[in-house]
Amino acid sequence: MVADAAPAPVEARVVRVRPARYLLPIYTWLVLAYTIVPIAVMIAYGFNKAPSGRLTFSWLGFTTEWYRHVFDIADLTNALVNSLELALASTAISLVLGVPLALALARHRFRGTTAVDSTIFVDIAAPSVVVGASLLSFFISLNVARGLGTILIAHVAFNIAFVVVVVRARAVGLDPAIEKAAADLGAAPFTAFRTVTLPLLMPGIVAAALLAFAMSIDDFIITQFVAGQTLTFPLWVYGAVKVGIPPQVFVMGTLIFAAGVVIAIANSVFQRRTEL
Amino acid sequence: MGLRQRLTPYLLGMPGGVYLAVFFVVPLFAVLSVSLQTGNPDTGFTLTWHWHEYVTAIQRYHTQFVRSFEYAAISTVLALVLAYPMAYWIAFHGGRHKSTYLLLVLLPFFVSFVIRTLAWEFILSDEGFVLGTLKDWHMLPQSTHVLSTRTAVLAGLTYSALPFMVLPLYVALERIDRRLVRAASDLYAPPASSFARVILPLSAPGIFAGFLLVFVTNVGDYVNAAILGGPGTTMIGNVIQTSYLQNFDYPMASALSSLLIAGTLVVIFLYARAFGASRIQEYA
Repeated sequence: MVADAAPAPVEARVVRVRPARYLLPIYTWLVLAYTIVPIAVMIAYGFNKAPSGRLTFSWLGFTTEWYRHVFDIADLTNALVNSLELALASTAISLVLGVPLALALARHRFRGTTAVDSTIFVDIAAPSVVVGASLLSFFISLNVARGLGTILIAHVAFNIAFVVVVVRARAVGLDPAIEKAAADLGAAPFTAFRTVTLPLLMPGIVAAALLAFAMSIDDFIITQFVAGQTLTFPLWVYGAVKVGIPPQVFVMGTLIFAAGVVIAIANSVFQRRTEL
Repeated sequence: MGLRQRLTPYLLGMPGGVYLAVFFVVPLFAVLSVSLQTGNPDTGFTLTWHWHEYVTAIQRYHTQFVRSFEYAAISTVLALVLAYPMAYWIAFHGGRHKSTYLLLVLLPFFVSFVIRTLAWEFILSDEGFVLGTLKDWHMLPQSTHVLSTRTAVLAGLTYSALPFMVLPLYVALERIDRRLVRAASDLYAPPASSFARVILPLSAPGIFAGFLLVFVTNVGDYVNAAILGGPGTTMIGNVIQTSYLQNFDYPMASALSSLLIAGTLVVIFLYARAFGASRIQEYA
């Protein structure tokens, strides 16, 4: 980005095009390579022959064995099921709590707007270790046993903030006159909301749900604090680092990755089509 | 109808607001309370208002505190340097493929954080394909290590920060009215100065949003240091995690968390003073 102030105004356009044409795209692709390499490693090592059932750093040959035996490790599968259940439940609950809150913030001025606003801001900006530590202190103070329930509470607590931010951004962009028009045409407030506002909010709600699901299934730090003896998929993997990672972990990671990419692409294609 | 309308926002906001108050705001104060208690897990803890936990915490762990802020700062700057030219190119020259590039940038989001860090362990390991190959070709001495060094931890922290940095930068750059850039060059501004005086200032909100997201996430991280680092790279997150989950020294762990909250709040406060609190939400 550092360049001398070139004193040739006539050639300015030519000079400007050059870094954009060669340097920047090369740079971009190098950074993209940095982004993609670890993912490629995950996918590749899911196919690595590992005689002891534990991954080795060196490449020992290609096999699809781990895909055929992906669910063979009972407690790993169990942990994955826990993760999926938690992601579904926390997404559903945070939508139920977060969407109305987002509407209240987008549509109305009320006492406490600033308080809610700053709480959501801090919820998103606070380091996970602090959120996890504070929830654990809270549960310890109240003598609450840690397990799936406390993990669910924690996941909803951070997911609400993301739901509010995404849904509010969508709601602010909606013209309130549309809902008013529905009311003028005789629609009861709830009917107007259900048939007019809700469909218009839908892309925001879907995006919020996807984000919440992804945040929940991937969360490690906060979960580790409030999990007690319960294991989720990331917790199981972290625990296996010391003893050796079975290749099934990378296979599951690859499958989650593939599902995520397919859903993201499908969602963007769908959104583009509805917006046309 | 009038009353009903006035009540509407409270009815809508109440459940979510109460949930956040109980399970986010109150716990933040619970940490403060536990940090002032004395006792052990067997006999229970009592509130004794002993501030000495804080003194001990700072005496014993100031190295890790300083290191965490240092690592967070370095990885934030590295992420900015990596992300800015890329975000600029995608926003201004991405053309029809903008969303494809963005999807590529966001790919790491679809891989579990712990697995991404593990993949880095594989890449950087002594016998892994990078170091192993370079050593086989005698381009590196056999004794070269990357794992357990600060380089490895910084590489991991920068990597996990990258998407969080690119997104707000991209949003800010994408919003810039192209006519302003055009106007600068019509007024004979050389490209470098039209960048420095038009594009860069207009993208500042994105830079600060990215800075905040990345810095705050990384200052409390312990996964990168635990998997990629060694004894010399312990961060404050590692200390908090061990005190809570292995040593059950809740007062010490809570004192450390409170100090980290305080440090983070100072950063957030300075940020909010300078740019307004709603800004970060636009870009988050």
